[in-house]
Amino acid sequence: MNAIPQLFFDAMSLGGIYAMAALGIALIFGVMKLVNFAHGEYIAFCVFALIVPSTDAVAVMFIGKAPAIVLIPILLLVGAAVAVASEFFVFRHMRRATPVAMMISSFALGFVIQNTLLLVYGSRPKAISLWPELNKPVSIIGASIPLLQIIVILTTLIVVVALALLLKKTRIGLEMRAAAENFTMARLLGVRANVVITGAFALSGALAAAVALIMVTQTGVADVRMGGQIMLVAFIATVIGGLGSLPGAVAAGFLIGAASVILQGFLPLEARPFRDAFLYTLVIVVLLLRPDGLFTSNSTKPRV
Amino acid sequence: MAQTHKQKRLSAWSTPILLIAILVVFTVLVTIFGDKSLARMAAQTLIRVTFVVGLWIFVGNSGVVSFGHAGYMAIGAYCSAWLTLDPMKKGLFLPDLWPFLANAEWHVLPAAVASGLLAALVALLSGAAILRLSGIAASIATFAFLAIIYTVYSSWEGVTGATSSVVGLTRYADQWATLGWASVTVLAAAWYANSSSGLALRASREDEVAADASGINMYRHRLISLVVSAFFAGVAGALFGHSLGVLNPNSFYLGVTFITLAMLVVGGIGSLTGAVTGVLVLSIIIEALVRMERGIAVGETTLALPTGAQEIIIGIIMILVLILRPAGLTGGRELRLRIGGR
Repeated sequence: MNAIPQLFFDAMSLGGIYAMAALGIALIFGVMKLVNFAHGEYIAFCVFALIVPSTDAVAVMFIGKAPAIVLIPILLLVGAAVAVASEFFVFRHMRRATPVAMMISSFALGFVIQNTLLLVYGSRPKAISLWPELNKPVSIIGASIPLLQIIVILTTLIVVVALALLLKKTRIGLEMRAAAENFTMARLLGVRANVVITGAFALSGALAAAVALIMVTQTGVADVRMGGQIMLVAFIATVIGGLGSLPGAVAAGFLIGAASVILQGFLPLEARPFRDAFLYTLVIVVLLLRPDGLFTSNSTKPRV
Repeated sequence: MAQTHKQKRLSAWSTPILLIAILVVFTVLVTIFGDKSLARMAAQTLIRVTFVVGLWIFVGNSGVVSFGHAGYMAIGAYCSAWLTLDPMKKGLFLPDLWPFLANAEWHVLPAAVASGLLAALVALLSGAAILRLSGIAASIATFAFLAIIYTVYSSWEGVTGATSSVVGLTRYADQWATLGWASVTVLAAAWYANSSSGLALRASREDEVAADASGINMYRHRLISLVVSAFFAGVAGALFGHSLGVLNPNSFYLGVTFITLAMLVVGGIGSLTGAVTGVLVLSIIIEALVRMERGIAVGETTLALPTGAQEIIIGIIMILVLILRPAGLTGGRELRLRIGGR
């Protein structure tokens, strides 16, 4: 048993989850300056889409019964559909609203989704066993780590690379980057606003679904409140990374994952329940030193 | 010219007087015509008025949305419990309190003021850090602040009782005591909004760059308004504890943050009248929905909303108001008398 590689893999896999959630938030912020508080509830929604709607304590698999090769694309589509629907019903009508008004309406939307889940599935957390064989440990360079952690790290890398290729090499990616830089100007030059925004929401929702799959496999629990904690961390990652900067969001996600694992490993035992308090204090300190985030994109600063 | 200026100042002061009059009428009506549960609902509503108007002092004037005020509320609520609970009970439930607090047996009024002051002190320290950030980043940092307070208060077993509730607080906060504090808060909010700091802050809300060019130190005025605002959030927390008699960290987390922001937005962030209107309108809707969840007898059958429908409906109302009337029901206007004709 080797402690340092163990910590390293823990930090990387936790950071990978945070980075993917942060990417989902940063994508939408980049395109339409919306701080999407409903993102955590997209994750919870995808988790509950796996099981049959009922308030019983025992979860019965619904989509979750399908083999992985069918399940993964279906769940990604579910995530994309929820996000696109929320854009269609709520945010499309707020194109002219201030960023603050949009932020509050996304907060309200998240609250509506969460309470709908509570109504349908009940408030008790449910045990779900999805792909339990992935939690079996394998040993690499002296550390024994669950196979899932390696899959998470690889998935994150693939997602980040795929997203980078999509943004750099395709037409929709080019349009998204143009829209993130200067939305009005991009529209004047023929970028189709609705296509770009719908595309960003669909990508963001699919990322939420990926996070949901990983979290369910890792924890084996479906809880209505599971979106809140990860959403908060993801937000903080987008702020630390510099609002609207995608590489910044990924880097900050990994950074927070690492900080959280290190605090868990090295804090004295009686201080451990307060780990999150230390983590958030650290975040505020970082923001004080770099108020615009670690990686600032030029477009977020107001022009005078 | 000097005459119209004076008239404007006077007419600005008519706003809080009218609002307090509305609150007094509301309380008297509920006391005369309502039963005991309605009187309790009135006390809860007036506590929310205290909190939301306190929240408005910061959010309304600065334009920065704060998700952290429920944290100041928690600080106030627990402070009042530390100061007023029977020392015997404290020894039993909260064994790790410092000797000064463990032996304290304060009267409830100075305890409420002290709770507000502690919340204000924490606001001064946390705000000094958070308010250096730009608007949206600051909002998210206030969220981090809320999470810090929640983590600390729900894990600090010997001082806050952690997730097991603190019980046995004196239940003095009926509709009259809360009416008193709500009125004081409305007056203070009007006073701050018309003070030079409040005017400077609202100038920076409208146009940050222009305000900066006119020599307004935005950071300083945001900090002042946050401290004043947190004082009343702390007092509202103390009143909340003393109206239910029970404290639990979960009462001061996302639920209350959501409902109070909904009230502020539905009423209209831009004006003091909006803050008070939002609380009254949503509280009445919530009370109606709660009764509907319990069920209404229509002939033979009982029609009831499923439990939890209340939150969903409130959320949908909030989204609809944001889409249809982005400035809220009052549209940022104040209720005021015209003094001196024209």
